[in-house]
Amino acid sequence: MNIGKKFANFTGVLVIYIVTILFVVPQAFAAGDAKKPESQDWEFQGVFGKFDKPSIKRGLQVYVEVCSSCHSLDQVAYRNLLDIGLTVDEAKAVAEEFEVTDGPDGEGEMFERPARLSDKFVAPFSNENAARAANNGAYPPDLSLIAKAHPGGVDYVYSLLTGFKDEAPEGVEMGEDMSYNPYFPGKQISMAQPLYDDSVEYPDGTPATVAQMSWDMANFLHWTAEPEMEQRKSMGWKVVLFLLVLTALLYAVKRQTWAKLH
Amino acid sequence: MSSNIKQSESSGGGLVKWIDSRLPVFTYLQKEYGEFPAPRNFNYWWNFGAILTFMLVLMIFTGVFLAMQYTPHVDMAFDSVERIMRDVNYGWLLRYLHSNGGTFFFIAVYIHIFRGLYYGSYKNPRELLWMFGVTILLLMMATAFMGYVLPWGQMSFWGATVITNLFSAVPLVGDAIVTWLWGGFAVDNSTLNRFFSLHFLLPFVILGVVVLHVIALHVTGSNNPLGIDPKGPQDTIPFHPYYTAKDAFGLAVWITAFAAVVFFAPNFFGEPENYIKANPMQTPAEIVPEWYFLPYYAILRSIDFNLWFIDAKLGGVIAMFGSILVLFVVPWLDTSKVRSARFRPLYKWFFWILLLDCILLGYVGGHPPNEQVFKGVSWLEFIDLGHIGTAWYFFHFLILLPLLGRFEKTKPLPTSITESVLNSGDTSSGRPINSVEEA
Repeated sequence: MNIGKKFANFTGVLVIYIVTILFVVPQAFAAGDAKKPESQDWEFQGVFGKFDKPSIKRGLQVYVEVCSSCHSLDQVAYRNLLDIGLTVDEAKAVAEEFEVTDGPDGEGEMFERPARLSDKFVAPFSNENAARAANNGAYPPDLSLIAKAHPGGVDYVYSLLTGFKDEAPEGVEMGEDMSYNPYFPGKQISMAQPLYDDSVEYPDGTPATVAQMSWDMANFLHWTAEPEMEQRKSMGWKVVLFLLVLTALLYAVKRQTWAKLH
Repeated sequence: MSSNIKQSESSGGGLVKWIDSRLPVFTYLQKEYGEFPAPRNFNYWWNFGAILTFMLVLMIFTGVFLAMQYTPHVDMAFDSVERIMRDVNYGWLLRYLHSNGGTFFFIAVYIHIFRGLYYGSYKNPRELLWMFGVTILLLMMATAFMGYVLPWGQMSFWGATVITNLFSAVPLVGDAIVTWLWGGFAVDNSTLNRFFSLHFLLPFVILGVVVLHVIALHVTGSNNPLGIDPKGPQDTIPFHPYYTAKDAFGLAVWITAFAAVVFFAPNFFGEPENYIKANPMQTPAEIVPEWYFLPYYAILRSIDFNLWFIDAKLGGVIAMFGSILVLFVVPWLDTSKVRSARFRPLYKWFFWILLLDCILLGYVGGHPPNEQVFKGVSWLEFIDLGHIGTAWYFFHFLILLPLLGRFEKTKPLPTSITESVLNSGDTSSGRPINSVEEA
């Protein structure tokens, strides 16, 4: 009876907490008429989720060989590639494929040099206007945080990349230079389908299907969006475990203290 | 227990005694947090004072360290936050603690406020204590709003634009006020700079009002679930060790839930769009504030009609600020002499309806006004729910509360806390003593 009451009171607090989470938090999924991204089984999900590093590395290759011709990756530095298992030499090799403007030198001139590990990923265009001019007026967004910047998250990235259709459905009026993609808000996207089977050749022999490359790209962009995830989760379960034990001990202390109340 | 002052002095030794005789901090702590007589029948809803204190301190500490790494400039703010997330040691932890800390701060403060409403904690003699509390809520809202602007994402920028533009509804001087708030003719660098400055300042103002809140509490003493005054020493217990032990346990439960969100779902409460750098040339599809502002946002948007000389925009702004300002006068709007809803059979129902109403308003605030609540049902849009919810909110405070006190037949009050606690089989008030006897 008494324990039951105590439990009821405690659950009261919990219920309010849960109600707040479920109902007050807005379902910000009002992304117009776009199709809801299909949810996938990612390796990074869950309390003990880890990065799928081989997949992230393949995604890096897809980014460098395909995406980087239009999309920047401003928040990521070449040195960060060591975190996904590249050796220093491998990371340097990736950096050197990009030219970066440096300077001014002793003569006061700006000059081009190959990127170094300490540089951030070099953007394909020097500014937004240049990017728009080269892309029929559309602005390819920076990809560093894209996996966190859409309600669908990584699932959205994957669904979008695999969701291109050659033909718009009957009766859909397409804009000029637009591609049909049901996952994009408005279902018309200025980006032409970027990936086709064998767009890249994976050195590890993985068949480069559209689905595989999209999967790898999604894993890569998840990593660029929250590179701290592994550290966060591994610290997280220890902290929560500690707090659970502490809570239990404090509950015992509370009971013992109150037992003195005669 | 009563001789604790002497104990602490003698056990503290020479230095403590030396300080205490010159500045009696130890005597004060002993009096206000050691033996401070608290009603013996608090339930766990009385935990939230301690929880809120913890949250305020956490926010100030994480905030000060974040400020060391943050750059308040429109060209650098977004990147400096990402630098904190990526390159600053445990910067991601600081930032997620701070951003989710805001969310948990508001959850706690709303529970604390509804606790006060349920048990009539605002009534004589605690009116001023309550009003300090409402002041803290207002300051928290201003602080949270300005803090949300600092990362300079899309929602930061457009939220700031929408909210500051509200002041243009003020007759005659509205536009001048907005220009003055912005420090220019658009939400721009000077706006970001002053918001950063004020976001740093206001928490310390909050801390000051919290001190007043606590001083006022220690003058009147705490309310309790029965809402009747302690009649003597048998009705109270010293704050330490009883409520320190209870608060510590409650706080640990709270922090565990908080940590679970920070480490495993740190962006759950956030708006994804704010991970896109602010772009004044591109308006997001839907501008929504943080979840804790959604009910007010719904009230703001519910006034979509002109009333006499008040146009819809001004009306919305008045209603939104009015929804909080009305709390200041709740002690006088509620005419019932009985504090606790336990003995107010009608008020109890209306309390829960008010809570549901606020949750409904929050739900409405997260949706475009003209979206259908149920797909295909054309006669019910969110704006309709907003009208109903807003009307009920003000009806509750302005009409229901004054009338209930007159017409409600309240249940008989127990003669004393101890008696009620010892005899209780029917109410849940008596846990402390019960637990002793059954343990």
